[in-house]
Amino acid sequence: MKYDPDDLKVSKRIPIIKYGEFLIVSIQVDMHDRLAMELQTQILDEITKTNAKGVLIDISVLDTVDSYIGRMLYGMATMASILDAAVVIVGMQPAVAITLVELGLDMPGVLTALNIEQASRMLKRKIKNKK
Amino acid sequence: MPQLNSIQEKVQLDVLKIESEYDIVRARQAVRFYAKEMNMGVVDQTRVTTAVSELFRNMFQYAGGGEIIIEKGDFQARAALVVTCIDHGPGIEDIEQAMRDGYTSGSGMGYGLPGSKRLVDDFFIESRVGEGTTVRIVKWV
Repeated sequence: MKYDPDDLKVSKRIPIIKYGEFLIVSIQVDMHDRLAMELQTQILDEITKTNAKGVLIDISVLDTVDSYIGRMLYGMATMASILDAAVVIVGMQPAVAITLVELGLDMPGVLTALNIEQASRMLKRKIKNKK
Repeated sequence: MPQLNSIQEKVQLDVLKIESEYDIVRARQAVRFYAKEMNMGVVDQTRVTTAVSELFRNMFQYAGGGEIIIEKGDFQARAALVVTCIDHGPGIEDIEQAMRDGYTSGSGMGYGLPGSKRLVDDFFIESRVGEGTTVRIVKWV
């Protein structure tokens, strides 16, 4: 087998950046199902390792969020809240939001924000209220 | 049994295979590419890409894969993108049940078929137990 940079099997790890009490994840690839599940596990691992209180997940370049990725995001938000961390989904494209609603997937209780600044303000407020 | 409405002036754009979960991503990107090529609006591009993503995943999960035919043509006198998914899996015993919201026979959430149907302009499904399933969706440009 030859190396092919376009081959999706070449593992593309999605970086998780720690910033203060937060983790920042920017999803920039169209994820296949296993990659989505791996990311979920990685983020939950990072939350326990770093004791992060909030996770910002930037999906502004994702042009397709189907039920699998939607469920992964929702599941992660629920699991993170059990670990005492809040998840904010940042920058969902309007077309993606419309499609998710029509698909019938709702994500009760999941925080969303239009940009990183707004998301970080939301998280800071949330953490402050808890203290 | 619903009737399969015919597509006029049909042109085949691509034929793809689903054999792994990577193919699901590749195939949905191909569908978006052709939708864009046909100047479909961004929201409709997203709807059709998401709809086929659900169908491709179904094919992979329940039938181990299958074949996809991407075509363009006129559906009810309007230009449309047509995607047909053919698998030779176990087939669906009760289509009415499978089309119901929230119903799932496997690891899915049950959004697959009914959700996909809501996102497109025409949805046709035919299945024979032991032989396989064919789903054809049409999205107007």
